[in-house]
Amino acid sequence: MSRPPEQRERFYQTGTLAVGGRLLAEEQRTVQAGESRANAITKGHRACQGCGEALGARYVLDAAMRATGGQVIAANATGCLEVFSTPYPESSWRLPWIHSLFGNAPAVASGVAAALRAKGRASEVRVVGQGGDGGTVDIGMACLSGMFERGDDVLYVCYDNQAYMNTGVQRSAATPPAARTATTEPLGGHPGNELGQGKSAPLIAMAHEIPYVATATVAELRDLEAKVIRAMSFRGPRYLHVLVPCPLGWGSDPAQTIRIARLAKETGLFPVFEALHGRLAAVSQIRRKLPVEEYLRPQRRYAHLFADGGRPDLVAALQAQADRNVQRFGLLAEAEPREGDLLHVLADGERGP
Amino acid sequence: MREQIEGSQAVAQAVARCRPEVICAYPITPQTHIVEALSRMVRAGALAPCEFVNVESELAAMSVAIGACAAGARAYTATASQGLLYMAEALFNASGLGLPIVMTVGNRAIGAPINIWNDQSDSMAMRDCGWVQLYAADNQEALDMHVQAFRVAEELSLPVMVCMDGFVLTHAVEPLEVPSQEQVDAFLPAFAPLQLLDPADPVTIGAMVGPEAFTEVRVLAHAKHMQALDAIPRIVGEYEQITGRPSGGLLDRYRCDDADTIVVALGSVLGTLEETIDELREQQGAAIGAVRLKTFRPFPRQELAQAIGDAERVIVLERAFAVGAGGIVTDNVRAALALAPDQAGGPDRARAPDRARAPDPARAPDPARVQDQGRPRLHTVIAGLGGRAITRRSLRGLLRRALAGDLEELYFLDLRAEVVERELERARKGVSGPHAESILRDLRMVMAGPV
Amino acid sequence: MFSVRIHGRGGQGVVTAAELLSAAAFVEGLQAQAFPSFGSERMGAPVLAFCRVDTRPIRLREPIAEPDAVVVADPTLLHHVDVFGGLAGDGYMLINSMHTIGELGLQELHERHHPERVVSVPASEIARACLGRPIPNVALLGALARLSALISLGSLEAVVRERFSGTAAEGNIAAARQAAAQVAELAHA
Repeated sequence: MSRPPEQRERFYQTGTLAVGGRLLAEEQRTVQAGESRANAITKGHRACQGCGEALGARYVLDAAMRATGGQVIAANATGCLEVFSTPYPESSWRLPWIHSLFGNAPAVASGVAAALRAKGRASEVRVVGQGGDGGTVDIGMACLSGMFERGDDVLYVCYDNQAYMNTGVQRSAATPPAARTATTEPLGGHPGNELGQGKSAPLIAMAHEIPYVATATVAELRDLEAKVIRAMSFRGPRYLHVLVPCPLGWGSDPAQTIRIARLAKETGLFPVFEALHGRLAAVSQIRRKLPVEEYLRPQRRYAHLFADGGRPDLVAALQAQADRNVQRFGLLAEAEPREGDLLHVLADGERGP
Repeated sequence: MREQIEGSQAVAQAVARCRPEVICAYPITPQTHIVEALSRMVRAGALAPCEFVNVESELAAMSVAIGACAAGARAYTATASQGLLYMAEALFNASGLGLPIVMTVGNRAIGAPINIWNDQSDSMAMRDCGWVQLYAADNQEALDMHVQAFRVAEELSLPVMVCMDGFVLTHAVEPLEVPSQEQVDAFLPAFAPLQLLDPADPVTIGAMVGPEAFTEVRVLAHAKHMQALDAIPRIVGEYEQITGRPSGGLLDRYRCDDADTIVVALGSVLGTLEETIDELREQQGAAIGAVRLKTFRPFPRQELAQAIGDAERVIVLERAFAVGAGGIVTDNVRAALALAPDQAGGPDRARAPDRARAPDPARAPDPARVQDQGRPRLHTVIAGLGGRAITRRSLRGLLRRALAGDLEELYFLDLRAEVVERELERARKGVSGPHAESILRDLRMVMAGPV
Repeated sequence: MFSVRIHGRGGQGVVTAAELLSAAAFVEGLQAQAFPSFGSERMGAPVLAFCRVDTRPIRLREPIAEPDAVVVADPTLLHHVDVFGGLAGDGYMLINSMHTIGELGLQELHERHHPERVVSVPASEIARACLGRPIPNVALLGALARLSALISLGSLEAVVRERFSGTAAEGNIAAARQAAAQVAELAHA
């Protein structure tokens, strides 16, 4: 246990497209552009250059702090975010924060929420649970599902960088098809991560019919903040799944984190949407649909798709997956979402690769 | 007020009177009656504003308790057997974070082979997870220990596990006295956490600690356990003043003064053992006594060495067994007996400063040295595994064997040696399969043929 | 010390019977201990429960191998389980059956024992009539109370009223009285 260091100076980003400039009207500005931002995770942490997770966590927590007037307690899973933010005796957290284990952050968050109810403080103090994709989609899934079905008043945020980055880039159930990780090497004709495996935590969350499920990326930070603020307007379990590129694990240029996140969305590989009580409610449409190759090429984890004659079959499979997402979620203006509940569409047998 | 009541119900009432704020549980036999009762009380509003959280696993149960306790709530849960192992990771975490959670363990065997009956393999497997471990000899002690446990836990910021033998105690109905709400309130103040997740004063709990400080953190945890050796007798004394009832503590001596043979045991076997000791003393004047071990972690080494004194023979009666090693409690007893006489100490030894110090490696047990110094002969007796009843008849036979000097160093009470021999013979012929299935087939308890 | 072993099948209230017996003894100022034989028995499986009663605090926690009384809630167990194993020579045997001891094929046992201590009562039928359900446990306790004088019918009724409410309590008490009356009749027969 240590107290966060005193902050003596603050930097405010201004004028960038991502952050939203001071030139915008007050209500259009991002939380980060405001002088009153909480700096919930403050400078001095030890994330890598270009870390999408550090960026995402900062936006998420500051937005949650704004939405609650600073009344947030965070429960964190083991993982990069925990390791780079709390090297003893230092801490980057300027909000009450607990790390317990890898697979139990949703349950710890549930416990905090239960204590707040017992103490009569649940109306004022809110709880955010957070972890990476390993801590959420794999080892924490049972605790997450339990937290959802009990209706506990917790916003759980998954920062999805699509593999176990903290341990050196091993495959998780959120690793996309054909991606190379340390445990899915594209050797002996293998495609990298196998096609037809993995699971979608947002869709699983929707199956619990919880009040609010949303996906977002660190490319559209105003959207991310808006979703956090919207999430905090609900009571009960809420789930936010944020795509956060990892330059180390993805083999991408740290300076290109935002761009790569945007490409994930603009190719259709990562659908950005909101769902209310289990039903799809809104979709962030693709502005200009791009071929998946534009997303894949800048990432060394997909280099085997393009080297030595490449694997056009795999690129085609990924393109087909993106196209299916576009159809399924209605990601293009002209493509209406399929009739009915998204889960029913999935149940009809339309399973991605 | 005395009532005729089931052990589990009495424990639930005792916990309820401690005014818990968050109770979480995942059902496992034989813990269920306790949490069912608490759940009913919460539902009926009797414990308001207490929250009862039905979780999806024992890992979640302990995790909810961790979150709740860190957020300032008095947190309680209960489990057993596989459930205790399933929460193993969170047990270490709760103690490492210094969260004063109280938990009941309804002791039960660990599989495979799966077995729902009583032994203490579960809590013994978790003996070094950093929790204080108390073992109840009967249901009165079990319920009293729960009230004491909250005091010990919160005073020291340490989680406490109250171990009571599954079924033998949890399901037994007997006359018990649950302390009144007034008595508990007088004994147990409101929980004042040393660390608290609160937006008004943000703290970071659970930071990463590297080689530069990890050893120190562990030594400090040890020092806290050593403090518990002083705190438990004091707290138990206060409890006695309020309830008029001596209950719990580090250990007790039963007819040890003139005993040359002393049986060290913990848990529900003690009652039957004491009956047997009385019988043998009456019938043949055997100088036998018992040491009732109540606190197993921290291990009261000095107190135990003192309690055993200069007995010639010590029999450690254990309801768990470390395969490939032997008796778990025995190893701890041996370490206690290896204390030099001055360290074993008289009543005037200076305890607190000694306890605050880091352990001295020179005190490590050395079995050879123990024998050389003419210390008592140590016997391990493994009994009651997987629910096998420990009877007076068996204990009588065991003690007579010991008095005759015929007791082996490692002895299994009521072992069906022929079953073991047959299976070993089969293994020698290279035709052995899974032991459990082969044995059941031999005993005609399953159909012949592949199982 | 007086110890009772109750044999029955899951669903007959055997464990409850042992608990009620101990509670009735407690009401009479005695020390008592009740516990089930522990298993994962389902409805219909053979089950066992025990009760010890004494004037001194009870420390023993072994299963009862040498009972002073055996209660058999389901007579079909007679041919599967050694229900009378370890029973003291002057011990009590109470069997839930519409048939006489002779008809149950226990004549020899009957003669070896104190004949007045070996009794059958149709507890399930009595319970069905009084309670609407053939749960024989409390009726058997009524019979045992009369047979052994271990507890009084009055204390049994007190603990039944504490444990059950309304018609369940009254029905069970009526069953206990009726079963006790039948035992008394047999004794005078």
